[in-house]
Amino acid sequence: MTKRAADIAVAAPPSKPAAASLPHAAATAQLDVAALRRQFPILAKPVHGKPLVYLDNAATTQKPQSVIDAESDYYQSHNANIHRGVYSLSQDATALHERARTTVRRFIHAAEDREIIFTRSATESINLVAASFGSQVLRKGDQILITGMEHHSNIVPWQLIAQRTGAILRAVPFSDSGQLDLDQYEKLLTDNTRIVALVHLSNSLGTINPVKSMIELAHRQGATVLIDGAQWIAHGPTDVRDLDADFYAFSGHKMYGPTGIGVLYGKAKLLDAMPPYQGGGDMISSVTIEETTYNDLPYKFEAGTPNIAGAIGLAAAIDFINSIGLPRLAAHEKQLFDYATSRLAAVPNLRIIGTAPGRAAVISFLLGDIHPHDIGTILDGQGIAVRTGHHCCQPVMDRLGISATARASLGAYNTKDDIDALVAGLDSVIRMFAA
Amino acid sequence: MNDTNDLDDLYQDLILEHTRKPRNFRDMPDAARHADGHNRLCGDKLRLYVKLDNGIITDASFKGAGCSISTASASMLTDAIRGKTVAQAERLYADFHHLLTDPTPPDDCGKSLGKLAAFSGVRKFPVRVKCATLAWHTLHAALAAASAPDSEPAPISTE
Repeated sequence: MTKRAADIAVAAPPSKPAAASLPHAAATAQLDVAALRRQFPILAKPVHGKPLVYLDNAATTQKPQSVIDAESDYYQSHNANIHRGVYSLSQDATALHERARTTVRRFIHAAEDREIIFTRSATESINLVAASFGSQVLRKGDQILITGMEHHSNIVPWQLIAQRTGAILRAVPFSDSGQLDLDQYEKLLTDNTRIVALVHLSNSLGTINPVKSMIELAHRQGATVLIDGAQWIAHGPTDVRDLDADFYAFSGHKMYGPTGIGVLYGKAKLLDAMPPYQGGGDMISSVTIEETTYNDLPYKFEAGTPNIAGAIGLAAAIDFINSIGLPRLAAHEKQLFDYATSRLAAVPNLRIIGTAPGRAAVISFLLGDIHPHDIGTILDGQGIAVRTGHHCCQPVMDRLGISATARASLGAYNTKDDIDALVAGLDSVIRMFAA
Repeated sequence: MNDTNDLDDLYQDLILEHTRKPRNFRDMPDAARHADGHNRLCGDKLRLYVKLDNGIITDASFKGAGCSISTASASMLTDAIRGKTVAQAERLYADFHHLLTDPTPPDDCGKSLGKLAAFSGVRKFPVRVKCATLAWHTLHAALAAASAPDSEPAPISTE
């Protein structure tokens, strides 16, 4: 199944010897981006009469036809509620839903299907851990450690549980370039630190944090670690066992999948011991008016009828990514990221925000004193979609003493033409505001 | 919507000119009243000052940082209300609001607004309406506070 998709997405291996000198040449045979783009119907839809240049992949990615078809096919041919029907349609739907769980498990190299909890979003995954695990382990004066570059979704759930338990929330600072201060991290990690929650790839700065070594340090202090992988998940391989992450949260819609479906990976022994997050159907094994025996993992954390179509769509998105291969996709994006960085650096008065080495996918910038929202509006007139604002990271903006940035973020289907269009668009912004 | 002509309507020369050189861009320590406005979407923040004499606005100024639409709007507002009575300024506030947000604004509101009618192009950009109206909401708060001088106005948010 994936082989056929791979034939579509990947051009014949280049015959010139020069191509063989590319790193990981076998895995990164040039992506046939034109063929890949044809899998995304929305990319053929003009915006304001111009071809769509979609550079807001950090907010959400576009969806390939295979994902759209998977959701639609579910409703057309397989729709039934799961885990309860004795009739064949329900059993088919259950099988598809649970197969999606296996697809997710394999994608992040988890050990067992029951460690994959379907949620509504990465945000809900984090809230689940904060509310359930947090209430279980946090006592007054305990410490929750996050970083200064977290998305609001990895700040506010911890504030809520800190307020309820009397725990203290602290943040690891980062440098002007957008690198975490790892010395401070080690100092802030104490035997009082119960939970560490940190972002894998920053959605506002593009920084990739050294999560594996940070997890190891946290474990030495006996802390449990949640990684917010929402931004990373579509940009490189994730191996939760190699990272030794205790929890790993991400969403479907930033990885070419549908909105409304998210994933929480958790180590089985932690999830097993945690109290339920929400009560309802599906999460129980028996209920009387007086008491309830909870269901086994993963269902204990999946109260109510889940987003069945979303899970199936997410599995289709993972099939799509696998059809390209994450190493090939990452190589394509790296090439484009380097090209974008060098072209943007040549735009007069453009300042890139976040200059840590080894960044990926996300380029935040300021253009002289032109407000990012003006940049966004003018680019939109040319069919170019970029995000402008604080990117749900107000503490990052405060730390850097700015109120907003413009942000271009890359995906599998982006091309050098997209970057050229962005740079031309920025030239027109500059012309409009020139004194 | 939002084709090249719409963009030209939005970023009219008059608006761009006020963006580049905002008028009355200064603090006013002896202001009768001031109020703060904040547009969280854009991060626009401004403080608007008014000086009053017998119900007449004798001076107005602002300080803050924002996008071109919010800056130009605050700049043109401070020019427009000087010499007006509080009632006349409130009328401008209402007309400006109609111009930007009513599906069918009254015919006469463009006339009463004079140069401020330059902001009519913002109508086609719904997410930017709040940028243009921020200064006006803030003025409204400052004037309301002026009529109840013992109360400190709460910051205005256009979100």
